Amino acid sequence: MNNPPDISQDPAEHEEYAHNVQKHVRGYLTVGALLLAFTGITVALSYVDFGTRKANIGVAMLVATLKAGMVAAIFMHLAAEKRLIYRVLIFTGFFVLALFWLTYLAWYNPVVR
Amino acid sequence: MEIPYTISTRPDTGLWNAKIGIWLFLASEVMLFGGLFSAYVFLRLDAQPGEWPHGLLNVPVGTMNTAILIMSSVTVVLAWAALKMRRYRAYWWYMLATIMCGVIFLFVKLYYEWPQKFEHYGIFIKPGALEKYEQYLGNNRRTEKGMEPRIEISGHLHNPEALKDPNIKEYEIGLDPVFVDPNNPSNDRPHFLYAPPTDHIAKIEKEDVDRIDSFGPWHSAYFASYFTITGLHGAHVLAGVLVFIYMWLPVSKRLYQRNPEHLANRVEVCGLFWHFVDLVWIFVFPLFYLL
Amino acid sequence: MDASASLPATAGHHDPHAHAGEHEHHELGWWRKYIFSTDHKVIGIQYGLCGLVFLFFGFSLMMIMRWQLAYPGQALPVIGKWLPYFFGPNTMPDGKMTPEFYNSLGAMHGTIMIFLGVVPVAFAAFGNFVVPLQIGAPDMTFPKVNAASFWAFGVGGVIMLTSFFVPGGAAKGGWTSYVPLSDIADKGPGFHPFLNGQTLWLLGFIFLITSSLLGAVNFITTIIQLRAKGLTWMRLPFFVWSQFVTAFLLLLAFPPLEAAIVMQLMDRTAATSFFLPAGMIVNGAPLHISGGGSPILWQHLFWFLGHPEVYVLILPAFGIVAEILANNSRKPLWGYKSLVFSVLVIGFLSFVVWAHHMWLTGMGSTVSAFFQTTTLLISIPSVIILSAFFISLWGGSIRFTVPMLWATAFLPMFGIGGLTGIPLAFNSADLYLHDTYYIIAHFHYIVAPGTIFGLFAGIYYWYPKATGRVMNEFWGKVHFWPSLICMNVIFLPMFLQGMLGMHRRWYDGGQGWTLSGEHIWGLTGFQWNTPISWAAWIMGLAQIPFIINFFWSIKHGKKVNDNPWEATTLEWTAPSPPPHGNFVTIPIAYRGPYEYSLPGREKDFTMQNEPVEPAERSRRAVEPVLVH
Repeated sequence: MNNPPDISQDPAEHEEYAHNVQKHVRGYLTVGALLLAFTGITVALSYVDFGTRKANIGVAMLVATLKAGMVAAIFMHLAAEKRLIYRVLIFTGFFVLALFWLTYLAWYNPVVR
Repeated sequence: MEIPYTISTRPDTGLWNAKIGIWLFLASEVMLFGGLFSAYVFLRLDAQPGEWPHGLLNVPVGTMNTAILIMSSVTVVLAWAALKMRRYRAYWWYMLATIMCGVIFLFVKLYYEWPQKFEHYGIFIKPGALEKYEQYLGNNRRTEKGMEPRIEISGHLHNPEALKDPNIKEYEIGLDPVFVDPNNPSNDRPHFLYAPPTDHIAKIEKEDVDRIDSFGPWHSAYFASYFTITGLHGAHVLAGVLVFIYMWLPVSKRLYQRNPEHLANRVEVCGLFWHFVDLVWIFVFPLFYLL
Repeated sequence: MDASASLPATAGHHDPHAHAGEHEHHELGWWRKYIFSTDHKVIGIQYGLCGLVFLFFGFSLMMIMRWQLAYPGQALPVIGKWLPYFFGPNTMPDGKMTPEFYNSLGAMHGTIMIFLGVVPVAFAAFGNFVVPLQIGAPDMTFPKVNAASFWAFGVGGVIMLTSFFVPGGAAKGGWTSYVPLSDIADKGPGFHPFLNGQTLWLLGFIFLITSSLLGAVNFITTIIQLRAKGLTWMRLPFFVWSQFVTAFLLLLAFPPLEAAIVMQLMDRTAATSFFLPAGMIVNGAPLHISGGGSPILWQHLFWFLGHPEVYVLILPAFGIVAEILANNSRKPLWGYKSLVFSVLVIGFLSFVVWAHHMWLTGMGSTVSAFFQTTTLLISIPSVIILSAFFISLWGGSIRFTVPMLWATAFLPMFGIGGLTGIPLAFNSADLYLHDTYYIIAHFHYIVAPGTIFGLFAGIYYWYPKATGRVMNEFWGKVHFWPSLICMNVIFLPMFLQGMLGMHRRWYDGGQGWTLSGEHIWGLTGFQWNTPISWAAWIMGLAQIPFIINFFWSIKHGKKVNDNPWEATTLEWTAPSPPPHGNFVTIPIAYRGPYEYSLPGREKDFTMQNEPVEPAERSRRAVEPVLVH
């Protein structure tokens, strides 16, 4: 799904362009419905016993990541965004994961507990 | 003096200035909420058994709020699409819907969810006195089953004057349903539907009490994190709502008439912020309400 | 239009008719032009002046501290009598410093120098003024956000200063504000629940962080989007690269600290226990808190910013020094590609080394091995950059202008600072050296005769662009030599004091430590405090010629043309001072940034916007060794 192209003020271009955006609108509504459905799924799954609490957390985070991915890719147009934005976000993602992982590692690996 | 690429795109990057600006800002917001979430992880890992509560938040209300925020994300992107299609009327209605969803979200939080917490009390029983209140805690069965012990009795405090008056020697607490029937297996896991404190009153003696606190940020690391993250998130929702109101007022119509693409870009930038706010909530909801 | 005494004329009155592009010709009122301006040059100067004032204030705090260290328990002569009128009667009764006041001075010296002094001058002031000019842009991409960023800084600075005057005085828990002390400090009888030093410190910080985040967004977007035609990434002056990476460090590293500050504010005002473990006893009574918090969590989140922050402090200075070295050796910078690559690697690695500030927190061997490795790795690009600078001088036609004095002094000073950091990368060595004067010496060598020398170099260098006049050369040298000598007298002995185990942040000057009675070079560890303090006071005096020179030269300095240093980068094609919109004609870059001493040319420098002649093109084919 492409980002609506950069357009000038020329009204003639708008006709064709407006038609393009219509297709996107359907996509937005679909994703919206999916997000609502997945919310319900998240809640339902939280009452299912997956064994350990950790497993439940894992499942919930997986569903949340899926929902977040849809919001980012479709609503925030990331799926069709320029390389530069990707690069910024990939570095950000790396650093936030480093923050999570390294603080966890420090907690997990003390001299004595 | 004109700054280039405010509306048109720079050829080699394919982007206009504010688009980069907002994504950079959102990157910093990822780090901000990342810092808060890493605190959540750290504190939860460090919690002693029984100290990290579950099932104290209203799940149906939280689910509804989640749905409201998701719908507002849909309406804001439809508002932007309407602007791109030069349909101002449709834009105006979608924007209004977005604002209303944001306001409802904040209303539910500030006038229902949060205040309810300040009236709900938890009494932490001293380790030596846990036996005495076994009828409410059901720890014998829990230890047998390998479950975390309950160290806190919660409910509605019927004699709040006991908090200040040293002459009153006990707390009268209208128990939450789980403490009325602690050995019932259905009470092992939180229920979906919220059940308010019962009229079954238990008397807890002050000398057996480690501490008594309402479910405010001071109650536990859990509630500290809950109020801080939802508070900061709520502040972002409020900021978004205020900006959207500005974009919906007649001043936006004037910008639309002068340069519709400029308004569309502004709405897109604010929409990106709004989607991010929704995104944070997508993680906050399960981490606090469900897990 | 007359320029006010403290701000050189920048906007609007030079070449009002020769503007590229459309321009609304309305005259802005005095407030909009000089105070609430959105012009990057005015904002840069505002940051610069405020930052310099804060630098001097923070330096003065230290000069007061040094009295206590050299002459512990003795009344401070003359000034000691009226300081209490300024800071409060409990700070220096009878002119003798209380331990609490010493701690306030220490904490605020650090905070003010870093966040109100160096970062605003190095990043915001120089970046704002120079970067758009060097890339050929008319302004920053978001001028109003730029103004908002400055005013957020202003508010944060005012809040920090106000904290000195509330009951109990300013924050005392170190610039690192470690918990649980900072959670419980400045509370109780005699303290206001909100208007106390520590809470105001936290609040002020939120504004400073906001300011930095807004600035970072502006810088990055501007450098990406507003580079002039022909100015590719690898033709950017190294100064722009260093500001670019610095902006990313601020953007991504500050927010976790902001989160931690919000949490500490909650601990202090909403009775939460983010950082307070259970069972805490304060003044003999147990704290009524929920417990369950973690003091280490604060350290992680603080140092997650804290380490990239030190690179924020040094990278702009690297950039300034690079420009001045090339200009004053009349040859291109050596190893431009290596420099760019190194600064990018530094930026990246700086996010994953932070726990080397936490060696004493009881880390296990796995996590500490990880951080030791990354810390050692990050020293490599730093060495590459310093080496490239040294090699850049080789074979150059060096002229010691005042900026060049500061820039060349930077090199060995930063070298000492950086190399003395290597032992600290090993947690085994740091177990001994942590929190001693060795650490103070190490980081001050980098920031004080390091970055601050870089900043002075930059001020003397770009002063003619901002004002159209040069600062007086003689007084510039009078400023330089005592500063250089004093810096070394102050900080060199501190390494040895630290190795004797003398602790930092101790009010008694280290007397309580037996080893400080050992002799080095004829004096005991404690006795070294005296020459160090005198050197600090003399250095304070040496700044006076600078302050006078700075303001006097605005109106009375020797007038110069638009490019007095005969430099090659784009800012020197603009008029001095540049008008609103910066350039008479929008520049186009045809070549790299350091085309000095091109063979076969009359002048020993060729500006970036000079077109490449066909004849030159074929000559360049023969000699491809020139600039990239």
